[in-house]
Amino acid sequence: MLRHSNKKFFLLTLLLAACTVLTIIVSTGMGYMAIGPENIFRVIGAHLLGNEALVDGLEKTVPYVVMDVRLPRILTAALVGAGLAMSGVIYQGILLNPLADPYTLGISSGAAFGASLALLANITLFGHFSTPLFAFVGAILTLLTVMRLSTFNGLISAQTLILSGVIVGAILSAGISFLKYLADEQVAIIIFWLMGSFASSTWKGVALVGCAVLFGAAVTLFFGRDLNIMSLGRRSSDSLGVETARVRKILLLTASLVTAVCVAVTGIIGFIGLIVPHLMRYLVGPDNRRLLPASAFAGAILLLLADTLTRAVLPVEVPIGVLTALIGGPFFCVIFRQKQKGRSYE
Amino acid sequence: MSSPCLFCVEGVSFAYTGPLVLDDIHLALSPGKFYGIVGPNGCGKTTFLDLLTGCKKPLTGSITFQEKPLPTYNKRDLARRLALVPQEFDIGFGFTVEEIVLMGRHPHIDRFSSPAEKDWQAVDRAMATIGIEELRDRYTNTLSGGQKQRVVVARALAQDTPVLLFDEATSSLDVKYTLQIFNLARKLVREEGRTIIAVIHNLNLAAAYCDYLIFMKDGRLQQHGPTSETMTATTIAEVFDVQTQVAIDPYNQAHQVSFQYFE
Repeated sequence: MLRHSNKKFFLLTLLLAACTVLTIIVSTGMGYMAIGPENIFRVIGAHLLGNEALVDGLEKTVPYVVMDVRLPRILTAALVGAGLAMSGVIYQGILLNPLADPYTLGISSGAAFGASLALLANITLFGHFSTPLFAFVGAILTLLTVMRLSTFNGLISAQTLILSGVIVGAILSAGISFLKYLADEQVAIIIFWLMGSFASSTWKGVALVGCAVLFGAAVTLFFGRDLNIMSLGRRSSDSLGVETARVRKILLLTASLVTAVCVAVTGIIGFIGLIVPHLMRYLVGPDNRRLLPASAFAGAILLLLADTLTRAVLPVEVPIGVLTALIGGPFFCVIFRQKQKGRSYE
Repeated sequence: MSSPCLFCVEGVSFAYTGPLVLDDIHLALSPGKFYGIVGPNGCGKTTFLDLLTGCKKPLTGSITFQEKPLPTYNKRDLARRLALVPQEFDIGFGFTVEEIVLMGRHPHIDRFSSPAEKDWQAVDRAMATIGIEELRDRYTNTLSGGQKQRVVVARALAQDTPVLLFDEATSSLDVKYTLQIFNLARKLVREEGRTIIAVIHNLNLAAAYCDYLIFMKDGRLQQHGPTSETMTATTIAEVFDVQTQVAIDPYNQAHQVSFQYFE
C-alpha cells in the first residue's frame, strides 16, 4: 500500500528516530549533576572504542554517572516505551478495538501477579531473570486462559476476548491485593514495584527489554500486511489468503511476551500502549507497517520524557506509573469522547 | 455431469452447537457456469458459502475443489483461485478505497515485495470496471453502504480468480448498480469462462442471470438444476410458501416470477 506519501512516511520515521536519540542525549545530561552533550559523547565513545584517553580531564564521577547510573535507566525507559506502544499496536490491530491495550486483555495483571509471587516468595532460583520469568509465565497463562474462555467452536471473537480479559484481569487484581495482604512487612517492595519505577534499572534489564522489543518488531513487521487485512474481519481476511487464526495467535503471543518483559523489568506503566498508537494513527494512517515503527519511536520518546520529568525536574520522584496515568487518563477521556462522536480516523 | 467437477460436495453437514444448519448436502458444480443459491432467511446459504471457502469445516462429509480435498489447500493458494464478496463490510480503522482494493492482490504479492506494476494495473482495471475511480482516495468509513459494497466487488475483481462467490453482494445497491454487477458477472462467465456462485434473494434476478439454481430450505437441498427446469411456481411454493406465476416475460425475454400480492 505504498503508492502515495512514501516520502512523507520515511521523513517522519527518520525525524522520530532522530528525536529519540536527541531525547536520550539530552536526558542523560539532566539531573542532580548537569553534564554537557560533548562529555556524554566522550564517555560513550571511550566505552565503545575502549579508548580511555577520551575521558581524560573529566571528573572521575562523570563516566560512572553516565554509564552506570543514567544510561541504563534512560535506555530501559525508552525501550519499555517502545515495547508497550508496540504491544498496543498489535492488540488494537487484532481486537479491532481502538481502546484495546495490554490491560484490556488482563495480560499486564497476569504478568504483575506472576512477578509479585516471585517477589513475595523471594525466589532467586534463576538469578536476575526470576522476576521476568515469573511475569512471562503469568502473562502467557493469562493469555491462554483468556483465549480459552473466548473460544467457541474453534473461533475466537474479538468482543468475547475483551470481555474475558476484563474478567480474568479483575480476578488477578484481587489476587495481587491478597498477595500484598500476605506480604505484611515486605509489602513496600511489591507496592513500589507495581507503581512502576526505573530507579533500579541495570544493563541486564536493558539487554532483556532490547531483545524482546527487537524480536517483537521483527515478528510484527513480518505479519504487517496480514494484520492490515485482518482489520476487514475474519471471513474477508481468510478469503484474501491470510491464515487469520494462526497469525492472530502468533501476534498475541508476541505482544504478550513483550508486555511481560516490560512489566517484569519496570512494573505496571499504563496508557503508553493506548495513547501512542492513537496519536500515530492520525499522523501515518492505519497501515500497521508504518504505524509500528512510528509508534515504537514515539512511545520511547514519551516514556523517556515522563521519566526524565520525574527524575530530574520534579522535586520528588513520583512513580512513573502514577505519572503516566495522571497525564494519560484525561487524554484517554478526550479520545473516548471523540470516538463516541464518530470523529476519529477521518 | 460430464464436465470436470469444480466443487464436489459429498454428504456435507454442519452445526454450530445445536441442531444441524446444513444436513447431508450432495452437490457437484462444474466450471464456467453462473450458479444461484436461493432460499428463505436462515436456511444455511451463507454457511454453505463459508464451507466452500474453507472458512468453516464440515461436521461430516467432504468437499473437493479442483480434484483435491479442500483442506489440503493453504489459504493463499485458495485465495488465488477463489474470491469472496461478503455481505458485511467490516473495517476497524480507516483505509482508503484504493488500499482496500489493493488488498485483493495480497495472495499474488510475495511477503516482502511491494505491489508490482501488474498489481496496480489490476487495481486500476477493477476500479474502472466498477466505476469507482473517483472514490480512490476516499476513506472507507466515509462511504455509503452501496459504495462500500461496490468497493468490495472491485476488491474481488482485483483478486483475479477463476471462481467468485457472491454473498448477497447487491443487497444494498440501487437497481442501476445491481444490474451493473449482474451484467458484469454474466460477462465474466460468458467471455472469460469464470464460475460464479451467488446467494441471491431477488428471484427475478436469479431467474434472468443464473444458468443453474440451487434451492435450499432448512439446511437441505430442496431442488437443484438448470434454471428453466427449477424456477417453477411449484418449487417456489415449496421453498418460500408464497403463490406465484412463472412465465417468459415478453419485454426482457427471461423467466420472470409474478407474485400474488393480496390475500
